[in-house]
This record gives sequence, C-alpha cells and structure tokens, in this order.
Amino acid sequence: MSIASDNPALTSSLLYLDGVAVSFDGYKALRGLSLVLAPGEMRAIIGPNGAGKTTMMDIITGKTRADTGDVYFAGTHDLSKLDEATIAELGIGRKFQKPTVFESHTVRDNILLALKAPRKAFATLFGKPPVDERERIDQILETTRLKDHRDRLAADLSHGQKQWLEIGMLLAQDPKLLLVDEPVAGMTDAETAQTAILLREIARDHSVVVVEHDMTFVRDLGVKVTVLHEGSVLAEGNLDDVSADPRVIEVYLGR
Amino acid sequence: MNANRLLDTRGLVFVAILVAAAIIVPVLALATPTGSALHVPPYLVALMGKYLCFAMLALALDLVWGYCGILSLGHGAFFALGGYAMGMYLMRQIGPRGVYANPLLPDFMVFLNYKALPVAWWGFNWFPYAAVMVLLVPGVLAFAFGWLAFRSRVTGVYLSIITQAMTYALQLAFFRNDMGLGGNNGLTDFKDILGFNVQSDATRATLFSLSALALVGAYLIARAMVVSKFGKVVIAIRDAESRTRFLGYRVESYKLVVFTVSAMMAGVAGALYVPQVGIINPGEFAPANSIEAVIWVSVGGRGTLVGAALGAILVNFAKTWFTGVLPSFWLFALGLLFILVTVFMPKGLLGLFSRFQRRQAAPDAPVSVTEAQS
Repeated sequence: MSIASDNPALTSSLLYLDGVAVSFDGYKALRGLSLVLAPGEMRAIIGPNGAGKTTMMDIITGKTRADTGDVYFAGTHDLSKLDEATIAELGIGRKFQKPTVFESHTVRDNILLALKAPRKAFATLFGKPPVDERERIDQILETTRLKDHRDRLAADLSHGQKQWLEIGMLLAQDPKLLLVDEPVAGMTDAETAQTAILLREIARDHSVVVVEHDMTFVRDLGVKVTVLHEGSVLAEGNLDDVSADPRVIEVYLGR
Repeated sequence: MNANRLLDTRGLVFVAILVAAAIIVPVLALATPTGSALHVPPYLVALMGKYLCFAMLALALDLVWGYCGILSLGHGAFFALGGYAMGMYLMRQIGPRGVYANPLLPDFMVFLNYKALPVAWWGFNWFPYAAVMVLLVPGVLAFAFGWLAFRSRVTGVYLSIITQAMTYALQLAFFRNDMGLGGNNGLTDFKDILGFNVQSDATRATLFSLSALALVGAYLIARAMVVSKFGKVVIAIRDAESRTRFLGYRVESYKLVVFTVSAMMAGVAGALYVPQVGIINPGEFAPANSIEAVIWVSVGGRGTLVGAALGAILVNFAKTWFTGVLPSFWLFALGLLFILVTVFMPKGLLGLFSRFQRRQAAPDAPVSVTEAQS
C-alpha cells in the first residue's frame, strides 16, 4: 500500500467522486453520487437526514468501501483501495459530528498527537521530537483560541472548545483536504459565528468540505453549496440559487 | 508536569521499596538466627517471591488493559508458557537423579516409554537458550494472536472472549500426555538452577531478590513506554480508536507492540514463579487464573502500573490469609471484592489514595494564607 502513485493524474480536481453507490443490507445509502472539488475550494454540503452526507465522508476517508463508482484524490490516488491510516497520511483530515478528542490527554497532547510527524509505532517509541514542535503547537492553539487551556484535560473543555480543539487537531495534521461534519452542532450563536470565522481562515490555505444543517452558518461561510438527497446530488450552486430551487424547498427547506 | 517524567514520586517510592526489599529480605532471611524477631522464615521468602511474580503479571496486564484498553482474559497463558520454558530447563537439570535415573529423559518420559528426547526439549539443558525461550514463546504466541485479532479489528468483549478461549485451549492441550510436557502432573521435582539447589534458603532468597528487581525492570520499561509519545498514542487508542486511525496511526501495530511486550513480561514473571513454587502444571492455564489477575489490577487501580502491582500483592495476601481461615469462602470473597471495587472504587485503591491526597491538600491552602497575613 504505497502512497506514491505512478499513474498520471486523471483529473485536475482535488477530490473526484463519480457515480458512487453504497448499500447496507439493501438500504441504498448512496445512489450514484458525483462530486468534484477544485484545489483550494471550500464547499458546504447540506441535505436532510439520511441524504448520505456522513456515508460520503466514510467513503472518502476509507471507513466504508463503495460498491461501485470512482473515488480519486488529487487525480492519482484511488481512495477505494486504501485504508484509513494511509488516506490520513495522504492529507485528508476528518472532523466528526460528535467532538471526539482524546479526553484523558491535555489540550497540548491532543495537538501533539495530530501534528504531522512519523506515525509508525517504533518512530513514536524511540524517535526524537522535531525542533519546531513547540512553536507549531503554540501557533495552532493561538488560531483555535485555546492557548490559555493548553494544560487542561480535554475532558474538562466546554462543548464549543472541544469542537475547536478538534479543528485544531485537523490543522495540526496539515491536510490538503479537511472534511468537517456539523462543526457548529450544539454551539451557542456566538460560538457559531466564531467558528465560521475560524473556518474561513483555514480555507485560505486548505480545501474544506463542510457538512452542516445550520443555514445561518452556511450563509456566513459564503461558499458554493451542494444539496444531497437520497444519496445523490439534487442541486449545486450558490446558496441563494439553491434555496430558490423548488425541488430543494420540497425535500429540505420546507415551504 | 510530573506525569510525563519517567519516575514520578509514586514510582520513586515503588522502586525504592522494591530495591530495599531485594537487599533487606535476603539479609534478614540468611544472616539472622532462626529464633530472632527479625528472622524471615524461608516459607515467607518464597511466598513473598511468589507475590512479586504475580505483581509483575498484573503490571503486564495493566499495560494492555489500563493503557490500551485491551481486556485480556488470557494473560495467565503467557505467564504459564514462560513458566513451562523455565520448568523444562529445571527438568533437564535433574539428570540421572530422577527416580528412573535416566541421564537424558525426565521421569515422566521414561514412564511413558519415550525412546528419545522430543525436539521441543532440545537445548533446554542450556540456561541461555531457556532464558531466550521464556521471552520468545509467549512473545511469538502474542504476536501471532495479536496480528490476526487486531488486523481483523476484533475489539472489546469479543477480543476478551477469544483470549479466554486461547488460554482454555492451551490448558486442554497441555493436559494431554502426548504434548510431551508432563500431562496433568506438569513439571516438578526440580533439583538445581544454574548449579544451585532450588530448595536451599540462599537460592530462595536470591530468587526473591531477582523477582523484586525484575519487577522494577518491568515497571521501568512499562513506564518508559507509557510516558513516551508512543504511550500517548496508546492512550488515545484506548479513548477513541477510530479517531486515532483517522489521524493516520496504524492502530493494529501499536496494539501489537503493547500486547507482545506485555506477554513477554508475563512470561518472565512465570519463569521466576516456577522455581519458587517448585511446580508448573496445566492448572496455571485455567481461565480463572487470568480473571483473577484482572481483579488484582482493578483492585489496585488500572492505568497506574504501581496500583496493579499493589493490587496483586494485597489480593494474594488476602487470599493466603482467607484460604487459611475460611477456605470455602475465598471465591465468594473474591467475587464480592470485584463487585465492590467496580461499584465503589472504579479507579481502585490508588484512585482512592489520590482523591484522599487532593482532599488533604485542599484545606491546606487557606491556612497558609491566614498564616501569611498574621
């Protein structure tokens, strides 16, 4: 399972999904989903429950295998043949819906574990930490507004802080593509607005896919929107066009 | 910040006590007259040596369970395999002093009409070979078992069940005479270890000291592992396995390293145990033994290393006392203990101790403030 690939790039897009279908025990979670993400782009994905948003993320990160269809990363890597750890090393980071940080580690150690560094067991057992480790951790804690909480256990953070910590962990991985699943679920309005700013900051030098229900938040992001419904793309475009689409109103926004 | 150092205060006390015991106990056992109040009788030396071996098994179990979240209900198997490797060495040292006076074959082989020494026994007359096998046999079994189980992502209760099945299967296999390992009688009647009489007081005292020092060594290795970045990854796996995977860590290799190292520690513990108790038989593979080890760890406090060792010593001390006074109630008492610990002390004795310490520390602060003002 080598990361290097000799194949010439098939597309110029960063992420390329074509006709992806998955079913679980007969339930069709995805039916011919196609999505193309350009390098540096930030995309918001909306859709009702069961539209296949999380399954799509599972496919991209290698947690679930597609039954049919193509999934390519950076035009050369066939993601349907790689496992989670390899895909993570390729540069795809994922933030879960429920904040999953390492509760019994300090904030600093959470970032440390995410920091781009050799991931092999023996490298972490005997390896020396890189010289700029401290500065990189500080920088990320600064961006995610967690500098004063550095030595607290992640378990003691508030819900919003945990979400930010997890975004910080994503940044530490320095991925080419970030997948962010409902980052503002359960956040206060102030936290939601802050998170939108944070994500826009991040999107300056990363490609980002955000799955979100909160329409105010999606509007704050101000990016191209893809609407999923029953496992395929229903509409795509800027938020105003999409929310004017009668089919989108029918299945998702409500009249 | 203390938490990241190789030796925190608690570890320092633990190591200091063990090193002191390794020096003082042999002196008291050998250099004081039998009637003196300071004299440690030989039976007590052997008993404490046995406890230390159990403590090392508990420490090994805590490394996989407390830090990596792998609840192994078969760690007794690695302990017993290390014990058998040592037992085979001790059997070959008997030589022509056995009942049948066969210079090459142990008594049970003569009795079972073996014509030649089975291949598995070759080399066991040589101590360094046996010592390597003490590490290698449990290590290879753990590696093979772990490689299959962790790669197939068997976790939680399912993994516990197959570890249990593993030790049970080994118990059944070792009961068979055609395994060539003494069947249900196991290996016993040992005479010498490295030329010294295993029964003598001096050898007993030395074995006690070695057990104490081996426990120190195992503690330092385990501690070095858990405070390193490797250890942080292992704890991360315990807390959120799939999150760790998405960070790019290959979880199965981490588990495999921890599991294998732990099995080898358990093997060494078993090897030190056998010459001190004078026998190894398939009973050591009994699933109940492995479960007892889990109770030691939870009583002491899992994820603390020191607590696991402490738990093993305390529970076994209680067992020795209890089985003397009310033998038929020991298993009930053990079961009750496990329930009480799970319900009232989820962090074990050490957890209770650190809570007490914090409570002691809290009222101190205001007092010092008033003192400063007056």
